[in-house]
Amino acid sequence: MTESSWRMPRWFHQMGSPKWFYGFAGILQPWFAIAALGLLTWGAVWGLAFAPADYQQGNSFRIMYVHVPAAILSQSIFLGMAVAGAVGLVWKMKVAFMVARSCIAIGATFTAIALVTGAIWGKPTWGAYWVWDARLTSTLVLFFLYAGIMALNQAISERHIAGKATAILAIVGTINIPIIKYSVEWWNTLHQSSSFTLTAKPSMPADMYLPLLLTVLGSYCLFALVVLMRTRSQIVQSQSGASWLMQHRDITGA
Amino acid sequence: MIRYMWAIVRRDLLLVARQPAEMINPLVFFLLVIALFPLGVSPEAALLSQTAAGVIWVAAMLATLLSLELLFKLDHDDGSLEQLLLAPYPSWSLVLAKVFVHWLVSGLPLILISPLIATMLFLPSHAVPTLMLSLLIGTPTLSLLGAIGAALVTGVRGGGMLLTLLILPLYVPVIIFGASSVAAAAQGMAIGGYMALLAAMFVFALMITPWSAGSALKL
Amino acid sequence: MSFTPSFDVHLLCTSALACERDSRVLYNDLNFVVKPGHLWHVKGRNGAGKTTLLRQLAGLHPVDTGEVLYSNNSIKMIYIGHKLGLKEQLTADENLCWLAGLDGSSTQSQRYAALEHVGLRGYEENPVAQLSAGQKRRVALARLHLCKADVWLLDEPFTSLDQQGIIDEIDWLRQHTRAGGAVLMTSHQDINLPNVKILDLGQYSPLLGECLPDKGSSII
Repeated sequence: MTESSWRMPRWFHQMGSPKWFYGFAGILQPWFAIAALGLLTWGAVWGLAFAPADYQQGNSFRIMYVHVPAAILSQSIFLGMAVAGAVGLVWKMKVAFMVARSCIAIGATFTAIALVTGAIWGKPTWGAYWVWDARLTSTLVLFFLYAGIMALNQAISERHIAGKATAILAIVGTINIPIIKYSVEWWNTLHQSSSFTLTAKPSMPADMYLPLLLTVLGSYCLFALVVLMRTRSQIVQSQSGASWLMQHRDITGA
Repeated sequence: MIRYMWAIVRRDLLLVARQPAEMINPLVFFLLVIALFPLGVSPEAALLSQTAAGVIWVAAMLATLLSLELLFKLDHDDGSLEQLLLAPYPSWSLVLAKVFVHWLVSGLPLILISPLIATMLFLPSHAVPTLMLSLLIGTPTLSLLGAIGAALVTGVRGGGMLLTLLILPLYVPVIIFGASSVAAAAQGMAIGGYMALLAAMFVFALMITPWSAGSALKL
Repeated sequence: MSFTPSFDVHLLCTSALACERDSRVLYNDLNFVVKPGHLWHVKGRNGAGKTTLLRQLAGLHPVDTGEVLYSNNSIKMIYIGHKLGLKEQLTADENLCWLAGLDGSSTQSQRYAALEHVGLRGYEENPVAQLSAGQKRRVALARLHLCKADVWLLDEPFTSLDQQGIIDEIDWLRQHTRAGGAVLMTSHQDINLPNVKILDLGQYSPLLGECLPDKGSSII
């Protein structure tokens, strides 16, 4: 009955063990927390206070330091969710499903941030909060994809089935995202609603893009931190009563 | 396996013959949405003919979604889905057979009635063949992609709304190219590229649906 | 019977099979062998996992821990669950036709004979919706006579049958096992046959709160 799993190195299977993952994630967590805090603060202070103002947009471009990381993360998280889901499906790894489910809320949050900051940025740039710009539109569709996965997760009561359903939908969504993106871009050029794209600057000086790089990296660390925390809490829920968990120092407080 | 798929197709067609409402309801729904549009916006011929392509495509999409909810749900509720899955054939063949009947029952009637709708919405008559052709390639894609959602919500209570949430984002490319092709034809432009893209999406849906819907059914 | 009975080999067996539902372990380390002629009566309190076990054996419920091994790929099984898998709008004959058509074929006379066997002569062309609960159960059971299978997986097969129906069905179970078939069934009723083997799931349910060894850690 069981499909023979592909041979993978030992550490890979180790990662699939809730016990091992719980411990390892516990070690990683503080480092990601420090990195996220440091990078985000550094990038934000540099970007908001010291980077030069844009010659065309003035100071309004500074919202980029929130918008761009959020937009990048919104897509990466979806991809990450699909990869985790695929790993779970192929190697029957419960922890992978937990990781995939942990991605949903944080991904949807980043997508919402990207949409809101995009709209706020659009007001001084285009004179309207919303235009049917290609990037905004495909981000909106991405948000709907997240909303669908979230709704599906809440509708399925059994955790294990919800994990598999999330995985399948995330994989299907990920395959579709490029197609949606290109079709929206093509539709946008057809209708010519905007000719000015927010972030595609011809040449951004280092003082402008280095802080951006810092905030992007910081956001990735923040994402990793949140996923580890949420996965750990799911492990606690699913393994409640397991002896190894009861003896773990994070539980006993020792 | 062909015999297995044929057994499913024959049974589902027999069921539709016993309950023709299953076929007629989406069609009436389609007409109703179309009729509401001039009432809500404007009966002006110039405006309608410009928006006809988009309206017809959106209505077709909603009608497809409406009927998709029950694609696997009825079989799940009476236990026949279990029996279908127990047969010694891959679950993707079951998905393909069910989707084929769904398209035959909900997609094909929409295509046949579309010239009438086109007249009601003042779509230029030279764009009608394009409308029918785009629906002919596009509606199977809608049925296929929708089957993924239908399979995922099969055991879920109140799955209809959920299905809409899951599937509509995936329909975005189809509606863009479907509606654009009709609009292009209305303006007398070439439509070959659009049809190629629609066909490509059909092939794409044909590749991902059987796997994903099949594994979703086995959850 | 379409298969050649050979009583020495096993039809299917389980190896350390376990089932977990919403992080609660229903049964654990379940090992048993089903051989031709066996009639297993699966027992256990409500919620012990009787239905889930039959579904796991049929291949309807995923097996995450342990294994279900079949003697070969061509072993044929019939599973009849709580939900009978009948279409209300179709007649008894049409229902049997599509059910048999999933893996083989049947002639009308074969289907009529099967329906007569379960005491439904004269109801062949009635829509299933018009039949009583017991008669619907009989239509589903008619499949056992129409499609020859090695293993019958029956979940509460006596539900809504009358007394004579139960007596008849026990007789079918006896004939099937005597001819080299095997049966796994759940029932709250005792079956008075000499070859009944009891599988009490209560013996395999772990203490409350105990967890399954995870797949990942067991590999190392």
